[in-house]
Amino acid sequence: MNNVFVYIEIEEREIADVSLELLTKGRELANTLGVKLEAVVIGKDVKGVAPELAKYGADTVWVADNEIFAPFRTLPHTAVMVGLIEQEKPQIALFGATPVGRDFAPRVSSALHSGLTADCTELVIGEHKDAKTGKEYDSLLYQIRPAFGGNIIATIVNPECRPQMATVREGVMRKEELATPAAGEVREINWQPMVKDTDLAVRIVERHIEERKINIKGASVIVAGGYGVGSKEGFKLVHELANVLGGEVGASRAAVDAGFTEHERQIGQTGVTVRPKLYIACGISGQIQHTAGMDGSAMIVSINTDPEAPINKIADYAITGSVEEVIPKMIKYYKQNSK
Amino acid sequence: MAKQVPDTRNVGKDAMTPEGTVNRAALPAIFNPEDLNALEMALEMKDRLGEATVHVLTMGPQRAADIIREAMFRGADGGYLLSGREFAGSDTLATSYALSCALRKINPDIIVAGRQAIDGDTAQVGPQVAQKLDMPQVTYAEELVDIKEGEVTIKRRLERGSEVVVAPLPAVITVNSSAKECRPRNAKRVMKFKYALATSELQAADAKAQEFIEARPYLHIVEYAAADVNPDAEQLGLAGSPTKVKKIENVVFQAKEAKRLTAEDKDIEALMQELIASHTIG
Repeated sequence: MNNVFVYIEIEEREIADVSLELLTKGRELANTLGVKLEAVVIGKDVKGVAPELAKYGADTVWVADNEIFAPFRTLPHTAVMVGLIEQEKPQIALFGATPVGRDFAPRVSSALHSGLTADCTELVIGEHKDAKTGKEYDSLLYQIRPAFGGNIIATIVNPECRPQMATVREGVMRKEELATPAAGEVREINWQPMVKDTDLAVRIVERHIEERKINIKGASVIVAGGYGVGSKEGFKLVHELANVLGGEVGASRAAVDAGFTEHERQIGQTGVTVRPKLYIACGISGQIQHTAGMDGSAMIVSINTDPEAPINKIADYAITGSVEEVIPKMIKYYKQNSK
Repeated sequence: MAKQVPDTRNVGKDAMTPEGTVNRAALPAIFNPEDLNALEMALEMKDRLGEATVHVLTMGPQRAADIIREAMFRGADGGYLLSGREFAGSDTLATSYALSCALRKINPDIIVAGRQAIDGDTAQVGPQVAQKLDMPQVTYAEELVDIKEGEVTIKRRLERGSEVVVAPLPAVITVNSSAKECRPRNAKRVMKFKYALATSELQAADAKAQEFIEARPYLHIVEYAAADVNPDAEQLGLAGSPTKVKKIENVVFQAKEAKRLTAEDKDIEALMQELIASHTIG
């Protein structure tokens, strides 16, 4: 009772990184609260994952294992999650802000009439006093996220309804194995009474999974372009520099929205979070929506025509100049000086 | 379902007050971009079915009727504006509840909405409405494959790849920005619908305009107040919202001293040499 739940996402028999990251964060929250951390696994042939989840701190691993649960469909997963939450009454339930989590976590929250905060960038336990009623709470989950296009940071609490639910994007939290694994005790979910026939009404008739073509998360050098790059053509320069430096190309949301490059390259609150050794921001103004996904980079170089661009406040080197002028020079001097 | 949103993508310098807060009034109100993709998918359903009608439901202040008119210019048959002080301060759950009350009254066969609104980016309202109406949902919809009596076939985006699903109707579909772009305004429709008014706008209009619209019912945008959709008042607005905003902070960057460089050759060369020397690159 009153434990911390983490929904574990499994795709093609692989545990999603975000689920392990949430276990690490969940472990920290459970320790602060003095409760257990429980992982919930819903899928097919998934019983073997418990030891891996234990390494990241799961005291209990709840399992519903049946072919109706894979591939993921909204209604059966919702039914089991809602049923188990009603049975176990966790105080916190965390989901990855992946297409799966963003699809069914809102539905779970609606069924339970409990609040859900999307895309949190930080989760901490803290106290709260309701301004109207004066009622005090000692240990609520602070759900912290950028809002309003990233121009403000909001701390959201959920004083009365349980569980307190939040989604977090992949890469935002760090995953960390424990020195000694937690118990990882497997418990079967009695899911049969939870799932109705009508929950199986949506049929998947075709499915295909693409190889991950773009891997900006693992890149040690990222050259990212923003709206200031100006065009698809301009992005060729960004690619050229990334190629020369052996890095990957990233982008701000504005550049993706403008159609300059693929969505997979989007870095920021609604994209990927990265921590490369070197981040070169080309024509990126640096709204928090974007910086939330890259401010952990070891070194940040900004190229911007506007010396007052907000990105310069977190940059190590701020070059005042245009992308078209600066990038060819960087390529030239890198080639001249390397090896 | 559609939403009028402040254009947060274009927060320029004039949109910030001298204190560094967002001046919402300076942001233009626009049709939420993914809701336009949703409108297109709904219009495509109508094209394929022949006999269907498309109506837009939005919740917001009176001026949100603008997006209903915009939808009519592009092909929608009409719309509903859900408006009232009772709805103020709603989080996603209270918003979904209010919309679901209106939808019970309207009773559509299929509900199409954008995946998410750019002022919140939560993507929660679609699935929450579906749950409240006990309908299946198809999120991240990218393409309408087929629609016929009682079922819809949709291609939807996955994290890595795509799948095609068949859902029984009624259902809620939420549409991704990667779906087809919305058709533009049609000049004849603009001429026909430019005088369309929501009930409260109509009441404020002069007698001549009122007479004009009464003779043309297709120009009347239905407006619902809270009481018209029979809600449980405790589930509306701030009171009906489980999540509360504890604190709002303006974004303040922890300024660190950036080394300023020019675009001149000597500066760029020195930088590249330094990056190589520190093994950051190379």
